[in-house]
Order: sequence, then C-alpha cells, then structure tokens
Amino acid sequence: MDYSFALQQLVYGLTLGCLYGLLAIGYTMVYGVLRLINFAHGDLLMVSAYMAFFGIAIFGLPWPVSFIGSVLLTALLGILIDRGAYKPIRKSPRINALITAIGVSFLLENLGLVLIGGRPKSFPMPSLFSGSIVVGTINIPALSIWIFIITSVLLVLCVLVVKKTRIGIAMRALSRDMETVMLMGIDKDRVISFTFALGSSLAAAGGIMWCMKYPAVEPFMGVIPGLKAFVAAVLGGIGNITGAALGGLILGLAEVLIVAVEPDWSGYRDAIAFFLMIIILLTRPTGILGERLPD
Amino acid sequence: MLGPNRKFTEGLFKVTTHRDRTLTVFSVIILLAFLFYADRNFDSYTVRILENIAIFITLAVSYNLINGVMGQFSLAPNAFLAIGAYTSAIFTLSQEEKLRSFIIEPMLWPLSVISFPFAISLLLAGIATALVAVMMATPVFRVRGDYLAIVTLGFGEVIQVLANNFLSITNGSLGLKGLYPYTNLWWAWGVCIFTIFCTVRLINSSYGRAMKAVREDEIAAEAMGINALRIKTFAFAFSAFFQGVAGGLLAHLITTISPSLFTFMFTFNLLIIVVIGGLGSTTGSVIAAVLITWGNEALRVFEEPSNFFGFQYEGIPGMRMILFSVILILVMLFARTGIMGRSEFTWEGLLQWFRRKIPALKV
Repeated sequence: MDYSFALQQLVYGLTLGCLYGLLAIGYTMVYGVLRLINFAHGDLLMVSAYMAFFGIAIFGLPWPVSFIGSVLLTALLGILIDRGAYKPIRKSPRINALITAIGVSFLLENLGLVLIGGRPKSFPMPSLFSGSIVVGTINIPALSIWIFIITSVLLVLCVLVVKKTRIGIAMRALSRDMETVMLMGIDKDRVISFTFALGSSLAAAGGIMWCMKYPAVEPFMGVIPGLKAFVAAVLGGIGNITGAALGGLILGLAEVLIVAVEPDWSGYRDAIAFFLMIIILLTRPTGILGERLPD
Repeated sequence: MLGPNRKFTEGLFKVTTHRDRTLTVFSVIILLAFLFYADRNFDSYTVRILENIAIFITLAVSYNLINGVMGQFSLAPNAFLAIGAYTSAIFTLSQEEKLRSFIIEPMLWPLSVISFPFAISLLLAGIATALVAVMMATPVFRVRGDYLAIVTLGFGEVIQVLANNFLSITNGSLGLKGLYPYTNLWWAWGVCIFTIFCTVRLINSSYGRAMKAVREDEIAAEAMGINALRIKTFAFAFSAFFQGVAGGLLAHLITTISPSLFTFMFTFNLLIIVVIGGLGSTTGSVIAAVLITWGNEALRVFEEPSNFFGFQYEGIPGMRMILFSVILILVMLFARTGIMGRSEFTWEGLLQWFRRKIPALKV
C-alpha cells in the first residue's frame, strides 16, 4: 500500500464518515433527551432521498428548491412521528416506546415499497456536485468536498444551537432532568419537537448526500446506515453531538481502511460496525466523549 | 417503587391442584388426538399451516420470555433462527449431499463427515444458539438494557453477512439444499408443547419471579439479593435455546435454507405476536401466534389480484406488512395490554367463567 493509495482511501473514508456523523447526531439528540432509540431515524434518510428525487424528477423543481423542501418536509415528518407515535406513550415503560419505534420504521419502509415500488431509482446528480479535483496522484470527487463542507457547517450550527440558544439550553436541561425542567415552566413537548425537527433535518441532509454518493433510492436503503449511525453515536458517547460526529468519522474511516488494507474482508464490511459496538460496550460503554449520565 | 402489583402477587400464589393437572393432561391428549386426525385427513396445505403455527408458538412463547417476562427488548429471533437452522441442517445432511452441494469451497473437514439423527441435531442447534446468546448478553447487559435492541438488530444483519461469507461452513449465498423433510406435525407440536411446558414451569419458579422483579424494578430486585446480570443472561440463553430448536424445525420443514431467508421480517412478525397477545403473557403469545400465523395466510388475498363485487383489484405486495405495522402501532398506543395483558390462562378462571355464564352447570 503506497502513500497516495492511503490518502485516496482516507478521502473516501472521511466522506462516508461525514454521512454517518450527520445521521448519528439525530440519534444522539433524541436518545439524550428521551432515552429512546428512534429506529425510524434511518428511514428518514430514505424519505428525504425520495422527496428530493421526486422534486427533481417528477415536479421538475430546480435542485436547491427540491433539496431544501425535502429537508423541511423531513423535519416536519420527524415532528409528526414524535407527536403521533411517541408522545402518547411517553410515560409508559421504555420497551413500549421501542416497539412503537420499530412499528413506525417498518411502516415507513413498507409504505415506500407499496407506494413507490421496490425497484431502485437512480438519483439525478446536479452538475455542481459531479466531477472531481486531482491533487497530485489522488482524485478528490467534488461531492466529497461538498459533503465535508456541508457536514462541517451543519455540525457547527448544530453545536451552536445546542450550546448557545435558549431552546438548546432547554434541550440539554431536559436530557438531565425532565421533571425539574417542567417545573421551570418550559414546554417540554415543544423542546422535544424541536429536537426531532433538528435531528430529522440533519438526517435529511445526510440522506440527500448519501443518494448522490450511492445513487440508488430504494425503500430499505435507510436500514443499514441507520444501524451504523447508532453505533457511531454510541462510539462517540451517546448524548454528545461532537461525539456523534467523531464516532461517525471513526466508523467511516474504519470501514473503508479495513477493506482497503485487506480486500479479502470486503464481504464483512457491514459487520465491522457490529464488532466495534461490542468492543465499546466491553471497554468503554459511555463512548469516547461520553460522560456517565445519572440514570 | 415496588408497589403492590396485583398481577405479580397472583403469580406468587399460583397453586396447581390435582384437578388442574388432570385437566391439562386431558387437553393435551385431545390436542394429540386432533393432530392424529389432521395427519390422516387434512390436505397438505392445512397440515403445513398447522406445522407453521406450532413453530411460531414455540418462537413466540420463548420470545415473550425475554421481551415480556424479563422486560428486555431483544430483536434477535431471526438471527437465532438462522443459527439453529444452519446448525441442525449441517448435522443432518448426509456426507454425499454435502459433497454435492458445496461446490464453491469444500466443507470444513470434521463437519463434512459428521451426520447425526434429527433429534440430536435439534439439540445441538439449541445449544449452539444458547451459547451465542450468552456471548452476546455478556457485553450488552453490563450496560443499559436497551442497547440489547440495537446489538441484537445488528447481529441479525451480521448473521446474514457471516452466512454469506463462511463458504466452507454455510455454502455462502447458495445455501443448504436438499434437507430431508423430517419436520412433521408430531415434531413441530411435540417441541411446541415441550417449550410451553418448560417456559411455564420456569416462569412459575423462583427464577421466573426473579425475572419479573428485575423487570419491575432492577435496583429493588438487586437489593433483594437477585443477581440481575445473571438472571437476564439466563433468560436470554433459555429463550435462545428454544428459538434455535425452532430454527432447526423450520429448516427441515422448508428443506432449503439460504442467508436471505432469515430477514428481520421474522422478528417483526414475532414482535407483533407477543404485543398483540399481551407482553408478558404466555397464554397471550400462544393465542396470538395462532391468530397471526393463520391471519398471515388469510390476508394473502390483499396481495393477489382479485375481483371485489365487480371492482378489479390488482393486489399490492407489501400490503400485509403495512397492515401489521399499523396494527402494531395502534395496539401500542391504544390497547397496550393486548389480548391477555399479563394474565395467564388458569383452569380455575375457565371454570369460574363457565359458572357465571351457565349457572345450571355444576362444576
């Protein structure tokens, strides 16, 4: 393995890692606030991809309108899922919420299957994102650069919202102690809705970029990325936004580099996240940046 | 808080009288007589549904033990089914059959020459699955229990990856073909009755009470001297054992297994069964397993072209799954207790019901 090959793989790994990171942030925020593994989160990636696809291919919208519309609608869907499915059972045991989440996830996937069909659709790529830049011997796709820039901007925005704004402070307070927050006169449901909206819109941004990188839109495309993004969130320390992005990067790099070093293992690529999860649980269950939360 | 939970204390004072035992034995004999009749007279499609029902009861009852009684959310049944199916299939295939089907890579040496009778292969399937369950439970239960959901869900995907790649053991994506159809009504229902018997005995033992105590309040249970980690691992392995055996039965019912067979769909169906039956109720799991397995066949009409009162209906594949996911969400939102809640069938309850409904009946 020579120098430029390693750098080339590093570029691919970073791109994949950014996408995992975007998805992981949504998981980590919802889990931090509600202690709920939102299984439907991965499927939001699929929904946003379909919306962007239909916006461009069927309604003939210019791509920026279609992309932004898809992000906004996915955020709305995130709020709807919370209000419709999770809010009524907030007080019941955790296992009920998990079952409902599985139900929502399956509903979204199968609605996609019935309404749109299982045949993968190829995603139209705007010309801005195609092409690539050659630096020395390595070839950097323009899309990778865009993914890196967009992810960084969204991550910084997200951290600023959570650290600086009033609603962000309310979110963090809610993840510590729900009852005290309610005593402070904060509308808990509004904060939770905001959390879902923020997480879902990040997932939507990730979903659209995912489709430009792997241009096949199909109803079950969100399952595996969703699963891996949760592992990334645990790896970074669940409840921690920077941690989620870091976990995503590590997972993306690990997947690409392990297969690059040992091409015989390419069949096991999807298993890497799982073994990583087992190792974290055995060695440092709170993740890299996680702190032990009062339980 | 460990409040006075009525259902919980009822379980404590469950007495099995001589009368109850006689009635149970009697009803099992009636069931066996029915199976004998079905074996002789029913067409192969109905017999197949009956065998499926037995396998799904086995799966649901053991799944309910970990999800309902123990209160830990596992999504592993499809993985456990796969392990059980592959283990038993590898051990029942004859030497010649293995030589013939492993065309990409020859089978690993000791496995390629070993063949066991069906019963032993089922037992091995159960043991292998239980061992895997223990290996998975150890890291997961050290931390919060809801990681179990994601680890088991991930494991279901990983099992497919492993089955596709361990060519010398699983034959990769070609799968294992030409299994002898050992599974008949007797095997399926025999295992089913044995599973129900073992699970009910376990739930009514001190282990079962410890499981319920941990489910209700883990800290309080630990304060009472229950080792929560050990009891969770035990429950997980116990339920995995029977799911592995059911996997073996399933493999020898459909006679061809491949990695793509064991998708999350199995787990989802089982989840619906235990939720509709009532999380924590073995009786509910049995009832719902019968209803859903039968309903799954009956609802096929939605996915096939048909003619409703002159309207041409094209039939949409996937409709059943939409229906099931909506049912799952609605049950969770509005009828959380399911059919049975956490209560169980008792002969005393049935007799009392008869006394109320038919006062003339002196029982």
